[in-house]
Amino acid sequence: MSTAIESPRSEERVNYLNVKDSWQSWLFTTDHKRIAILYLISITAFFFLGGLFAMLIRLELLTPQGDLVSSDTYNKLFTMHGIIMVFFFLVPSIPATLGNFLIPLMIGAKDLAFPKINLLSWYLYMIGGMVAVGAILMGGVDTGWTFYPPFSSNYSHTYVTTAAIGVFISGFSSILTGLNFIVTIHKMRAPGMTWNRLPLFVWSHYATSLIQLLGTPVVAITIALLGMERIFHVGIFDPAIGGDPILFQHMFWFYSHPAVYIMILPGMGVVSEIVACFSHKRPFGYSFIAGSSIAIAVLGFLVWGHHLFVTGQSMYASLIFSLLSMVVAVPSSIKVFNWSATMYKGAVTFQTPMLYAFGFIGLFTIGGLTGIMVASLAIDVHLTDTYFIVGHFHYVMVGGMVLAYLGGIHFWWPKITGRMYPEGWAKFASLVVFVGFNLTFFPQLVLGYLGMPRRYHAYSPEFQVLNVMSTAGASVLGAGFLMPMIYLVYSLFRGPKAPANPWDARGLEWKAASPPPTFNFDSAPVVTEEAYAYSEEAHVG
Amino acid sequence: MGEFRLWPESAATNSVAVDHLYLFTVLVTVVMTALIFALVFTFAIKFRRRSPSYVPPLIHGSTALEVTWSIIPFLVMLVMFFWGAKIYFDNGKPPSNALDIYVVGKQWMWKVQYPGGQHEINELHVPMNRPVKLTLASEDVIHSFFLPAFRLKRDVVPGRYNSMWFVATKPGKYHIFCAEYCGTEHSGMIGWVTVLPEDQYENWLSGGSATGTMSEQGEKLFTQLGCATCHLMDAQGRCPNLRGVYGTKQVMADGQAVTADDAYIRESILNPNAKIVAGYKPDVMPTFQGQVNEEGLLQLIAYVKSIGPKNAPGAQPAGGNAPAPKANSVKTAGSLQ
Repeated sequence: MSTAIESPRSEERVNYLNVKDSWQSWLFTTDHKRIAILYLISITAFFFLGGLFAMLIRLELLTPQGDLVSSDTYNKLFTMHGIIMVFFFLVPSIPATLGNFLIPLMIGAKDLAFPKINLLSWYLYMIGGMVAVGAILMGGVDTGWTFYPPFSSNYSHTYVTTAAIGVFISGFSSILTGLNFIVTIHKMRAPGMTWNRLPLFVWSHYATSLIQLLGTPVVAITIALLGMERIFHVGIFDPAIGGDPILFQHMFWFYSHPAVYIMILPGMGVVSEIVACFSHKRPFGYSFIAGSSIAIAVLGFLVWGHHLFVTGQSMYASLIFSLLSMVVAVPSSIKVFNWSATMYKGAVTFQTPMLYAFGFIGLFTIGGLTGIMVASLAIDVHLTDTYFIVGHFHYVMVGGMVLAYLGGIHFWWPKITGRMYPEGWAKFASLVVFVGFNLTFFPQLVLGYLGMPRRYHAYSPEFQVLNVMSTAGASVLGAGFLMPMIYLVYSLFRGPKAPANPWDARGLEWKAASPPPTFNFDSAPVVTEEAYAYSEEAHVG
Repeated sequence: MGEFRLWPESAATNSVAVDHLYLFTVLVTVVMTALIFALVFTFAIKFRRRSPSYVPPLIHGSTALEVTWSIIPFLVMLVMFFWGAKIYFDNGKPPSNALDIYVVGKQWMWKVQYPGGQHEINELHVPMNRPVKLTLASEDVIHSFFLPAFRLKRDVVPGRYNSMWFVATKPGKYHIFCAEYCGTEHSGMIGWVTVLPEDQYENWLSGGSATGTMSEQGEKLFTQLGCATCHLMDAQGRCPNLRGVYGTKQVMADGQAVTADDAYIRESILNPNAKIVAGYKPDVMPTFQGQVNEEGLLQLIAYVKSIGPKNAPGAQPAGGNAPAPKANSVKTAGSLQ
């Protein structure tokens, strides 16, 4: 690696980063790329906060006795870990950073359809986040991220209302982002950017946005009703005052199951881009990958009842939800097969983003298959609310989503920052993440079938060996997450300058400069080929 | 470190059935994962870029392949679906000869009562090779009664009765866990289910209770709470005569027919105006919400059941044939701090 002296700023081409540098120019920007950077910084902070809680949980679980923290503290730790990671990291992660940055670039637009609403989204997210952090600082909340009443409405003595308000506010950020993307994708595509030429990343964000727009209001209503019950004792969910606690679970999961697809669909979009680029080949079954995103968004709304198999919901309802949960797995498996087939007769190279994509495909496959296992009724009766569930959704959310996010960050880092990251370190870190991840979460699948319930501060001694393995894995995983944090920041200052198209990719975003100018393209692009035109022309170099 | 295990104990007919299904799904998962890993690694290595001048061919896809890799996995999933549903439905309805035991979840303990009036906390004793039905009620928040060695779990939801049933097959002592997060001592809301051979179980039961059978305790409550003032037993009072009512269809004022089961009786005690029997006036009976706890409700129901028609479903309070001798209680100290 060269130690080239930085060229003085005055010689640099004007781009979205150096065009202005006052703090007002950042906090009041309407540039989708700058807003993406604001999100990137904020969600990274929330990720490490949530990760800190996770580390404390794992340390407590090193021994069967509840000895590191009190049970009340432990209950707050897993609650805050869940709330922070789900609502303030996973939901916004890829859409608000990479989606925000890339969708206009990929479709040849200057910005999103509503730049000011985009900025408003970030402010709502930050206000919601600060309220949630405020709830932590005041003393925390102990209901679990699922807020099940009547515990949350009439029994918990913690800052439930404050945390719920935080989640409620940030929900509007998610709704507005979804709205912005849908309008942008419909109305702002450059001439020639037909639906059939749309990058798969954009298709997956379109599907995600539909869920954000249609699902999030339901959780907002649910949280508002919970607040009414907690503050004004209106009997909605607590049977002691005439409510029905199962109603809450129906309403909560009507959003929160589709929300799982809000979290994973953008990751699938990232992986589709990476696999095509590093196979130097058009994605196999483009229309099936695009269509399966939409299918997931639609079917995802019809499976919420699989969270209620042991609540006493009608057995026939359970039967239907079990079947539909199997059906929603089909479009996911279509994607996995198509990604694999994309490499067939391709020219595969193994840069860091591709390694993350491999990790995603493998771990998402396990996450999906364990999901099918618990969709089977009798198995779910045994496994629900055990560590099997914890393992399963971390395979999807961390093994899937977080790996896709890291892959995407590495892939577009040159475009976003104008710098290359250190490839050797990055490859090493991706390996550490993969090993640490499996060591953390595979033992949890075994623990679940053994019968260890989730959210347990103390546990029976026969579960200890597997818990020690999981905690050891979490330490490795933590190191794996810290490494990119360090070398990526380092690369901002010392990384080699990135060319416009370091990966020899074909998407429109790579035709803009790195980093792009404020309005993305020097002249309005006219699209004449799809985003994956690898085979129509000879390679350069 | 405790004894290391990779597989849970198995002690009920259901656990054998679930284990077989689970092993099948694990096999499917392993095969599918191996297939995907093999595809990815084979393609990645075989088709690694060897020369910068190589331009991959243009391949759009194959509808035949898409259909194949949609249909075949789905068929396998259907096997998992039907197999899982079969076991779930088998577990749905308890056989009519099942032994009744009542479990009340309360932050943070399990209170168990038997028809003979015996009480335990965080302990459950069941006979081997005989169907046992647990009726689950909650005094406060949602709990979940989890018996990992039986591969069974059921949420214990305030405001309603849930139930589960099983046939235990192996004598021994197995975990009871609360599986639905319920507050501070959630992980301390644990106990043991002890499976005893039939003869030892009868022996254990004969320990009996100092306070009488559940229905006797219910009768006492019935008097104490003043129910008998209006629900006359030999004549028609201001409220319906409850003799012979349990398990029968009753016609309501609005014309609908309702079966007088546990849930209906519970509702009628806590929310009397919800359903009014035809010929009676609303607002005669006050609510007993807050005056009688979940255990008391179960005793009242046991009493109404005991004066029900002799051949009504579940009319025979199991163990109630021979009223237990009023011996020392088998109450076990709870593990609360």
